[in-house]
Amino acid sequence: MKVTLNVNNQDRAVDVDPDTPLLWVLRDELRLTGTKFGCGIAQCGACTVHVNGRPRRACVTPIASLEGAAVTTVEGLEGETAQAVQDAWAEFDTPQCGYCQSGQVMTAAALLSVNPAPTDKEIDESFAGNICRCATYVRIRKAVKAAGKKLEG
Amino acid sequence: MSPLDTISTSRRAFLTGAGALMIGVTLPMKTRAQGAASDVASHAYNAFVRVGTDNLVTVIVKHIEFGQGPWTGLATLVADEMDAAWGQIRAEHAPADNDRYTNKVSGGMQITGGSTAMADSFLLMRKAGAAAKSMLVSAAADAWGVPAGEISVERGIISHAGSGQSATFGTFAEAAATLDVPQEPSLKTPDQFIYIGKGVPKLDTASKSNGAAIFTLDVYKDDMLTAVVEHASVFGATVASFDDTMAREVSGVADVKQLSSGVAVFGANTFAALKGRKLLDVSWEMSAAETRTSDEIMAERVTAVQSRGAVAGEAGNVDVALSEAVTTLEAEYTFPYLVHAPMEPLDAVIARREDGGIDAWLGSQAPGFDQQAVAAVTGVELEKVHIHTMLAGGSFGRRAQPMSQFAAEAAEVFMAAGGERPVKLMWTREDDVRGGFYRPVTAHKMRGGLDADGNIVAWDHVMAGQSFLYNTPFESMMIQNGVDAGLVEGGSAIPYAVPNFNASCHILNCPVTTLWWRSVGHTHTGYTVETFIDELLAKGGKDVVEGRLALMGEHQRLAATLRRVAEMADWGRSLPEGHALGVASVESFRSYVSEIAEVSIEDGMPRVHKVWCAVDCGIAVNPEIIKAQMEGGIGYGLGAVLFNELQLGSGGEVVQSNFHDYRSLRISEMPEVETSIIASQEAPTGVGEPGTPPIGPAVANAVRQLTGEPVRHLPMIKSLKA
Ligand code: FES
Ligand code: FES
Repeated sequence: MKVTLNVNNQDRAVDVDPDTPLLWVLRDELRLTGTKFGCGIAQCGACTVHVNGRPRRACVTPIASLEGAAVTTVEGLEGETAQAVQDAWAEFDTPQCGYCQSGQVMTAAALLSVNPAPTDKEIDESFAGNICRCATYVRIRKAVKAAGKKLEG
Repeated sequence: MSPLDTISTSRRAFLTGAGALMIGVTLPMKTRAQGAASDVASHAYNAFVRVGTDNLVTVIVKHIEFGQGPWTGLATLVADEMDAAWGQIRAEHAPADNDRYTNKVSGGMQITGGSTAMADSFLLMRKAGAAAKSMLVSAAADAWGVPAGEISVERGIISHAGSGQSATFGTFAEAAATLDVPQEPSLKTPDQFIYIGKGVPKLDTASKSNGAAIFTLDVYKDDMLTAVVEHASVFGATVASFDDTMAREVSGVADVKQLSSGVAVFGANTFAALKGRKLLDVSWEMSAAETRTSDEIMAERVTAVQSRGAVAGEAGNVDVALSEAVTTLEAEYTFPYLVHAPMEPLDAVIARREDGGIDAWLGSQAPGFDQQAVAAVTGVELEKVHIHTMLAGGSFGRRAQPMSQFAAEAAEVFMAAGGERPVKLMWTREDDVRGGFYRPVTAHKMRGGLDADGNIVAWDHVMAGQSFLYNTPFESMMIQNGVDAGLVEGGSAIPYAVPNFNASCHILNCPVTTLWWRSVGHTHTGYTVETFIDELLAKGGKDVVEGRLALMGEHQRLAATLRRVAEMADWGRSLPEGHALGVASVESFRSYVSEIAEVSIEDGMPRVHKVWCAVDCGIAVNPEIIKAQMEGGIGYGLGAVLFNELQLGSGGEVVQSNFHDYRSLRISEMPEVETSIIASQEAPTGVGEPGTPPIGPAVANAVRQLTGEPVRHLPMIKSLKA
């Protein structure tokens, strides 16, 4: 099946099995490897991307549902919010193994773009689907707050 | 002899002969530094340092980076002795070479494990950096015609005050590489350190925040096939027959092949392979299978601990002391199978080189072993097998297999596809959870005795569990007289002076594959010892902090962490209604950690609000990495004690399969963590594992105060919510 979608501000046409999850289209077809595989069943958040600006688990999003959609992956994340998040991630040296962090960064950017001053509870809710086996959670929380502060100016 | 027997024999050789210190070897390699401009030559000064004409210094790290920070930590040592600017430092993994890149702390081969990277590399990497600096200085002295002794180096700039000349490292990169390597370069004294102990930003943070870091899963080769393997869901079962008709009908499925470990489905892309595998129909040969449930396996261990086993530690006469004790306490503990579940499931890419050799990309924790396994399976000479150690998405012990079963499977898959086309072997999360190599189940029985004043006079500890080092090269080193050091560590000797002491063990093997899991034996001995001492002290009417300190006579480094953490948590203060503090102190891997957890009960389960942690790991090379490892070790251990159990159900079938039923700690369950590092001039020791053992018992000790009941069976969700 042929699907045309916009990935990181570029129109891309792919011809794949319609059931193929977006995750494998991004990785195998488009070689955007920043988006990771961790569970395949929407439990871990390693595959988090933005579809039309909102976070989505790419591992359970069939490509057939994305005709004309705008997808942003960690490679295409840009702008003020993205910069604030990545700066804060550096300030706290948040990643350990790093494998979950594309997903964490995508979740952080999505949260802060609508709510630059999240409470602890709101952070818990937004990141509930993002597992970090290295348990970098303490630093993720600090970094999200620091990035939010910077965005609020 | 099977390929694995061959491997085993040659591995034993590695473990008996220690490799030489290879700092003095100038390598004839001119490779490109990671991140360097494409046509820039980079010159090897020794096995650990290259300097490029682009002024980049590349540090070659023989320990795998999967989150514990060896890239930054070991590069810090080199950069400090070189007086380099931190911004010019890069790191990359060393190739497989058991001689040049041996780990002297872990048995004399190239392996990452036991939290040894810093201990093993502290002097070695500093010497490598100091040697490189001295070579650059000599080259400058030659060029400028001035005495080397008059040249100084600061933050990557070589200068001579008298003549006013100065230059970057890059200027002399080539000339310096032609000079002799000093064998005993002089090293800095600690007061001269510019990075060690101060902290530098991690080298891999940016690439791990923008998607640029390349893991094994991200390796793609032209014409590459992706393979997934259907494994048995019962341990010890093998393929009897299979029907692949439906699987082959899936568009993109290239082939289906039987392997020694299961049935491989090859796809032109990942989704085709996954879809094809779902349609396979495999019948399993069950005659050698382990069909018991995990409860039955546990029951066997519980029965075993009713009598003493092979003695691992002894003092006084524990039987007499117990019979004379005024008060006694008996307790049984059980610990389940645990999955490591690193964030990136196991994967590897194997390709044929033009010269007939093999390239293998994988997150290898023991590259020398994996190299042998790949050589044995492919029939290629060892020297022609090139292991490219990749950044890995966590491990926690999972990627260090003494028999390299995963690397061997990857090689077998590659050969099954014809041995020419590149193949990526990918395990899914289900393969990971159901694929064995678990922390073994163990049972413990404790008996303690108190005298009339509440002093502990007797301590009897019996443990039973599986040894995962049987039939591996580690067997002779680790298992002696029926005692497996990896099972009893933390239990065979305790930091408390008890006059009558006995610790013993039973080794009960079974076909369920097991492996070291972050902090190994301490995952269960730390819990048992630290909850039992807490109960005994409380029973004897002692404060559990003061009582521990009073017994820690020879263990003053551990005592110092306990004193520090008690101050941090303000031990003894009044707490909010329904809250309690629990404490635990564990020495593991030559590091000392005490933790206090503030806990309440919510919906019948512990809620951990905050953890205070004090650690002594010798010289703190990078304080922020140490703190992050304590946080990570605490979160990893906490998730396991609260929720985790891998079960074998009826017929020995693995029950759990993915994160929905093998739960991971989530952000809302992560406590705040405050860590303090004890200042020390002792040689540095590791931090990857030692943060983990104290958290379980600290939480359990708080829960006991809140509920009046000890928690002796893990996970807590099973004992508290049953
Ligand atoms: S891989 Fe998509 S949520 Fe885990
Ligand atoms: S940094 Fe390793 S899983 Fe999050």
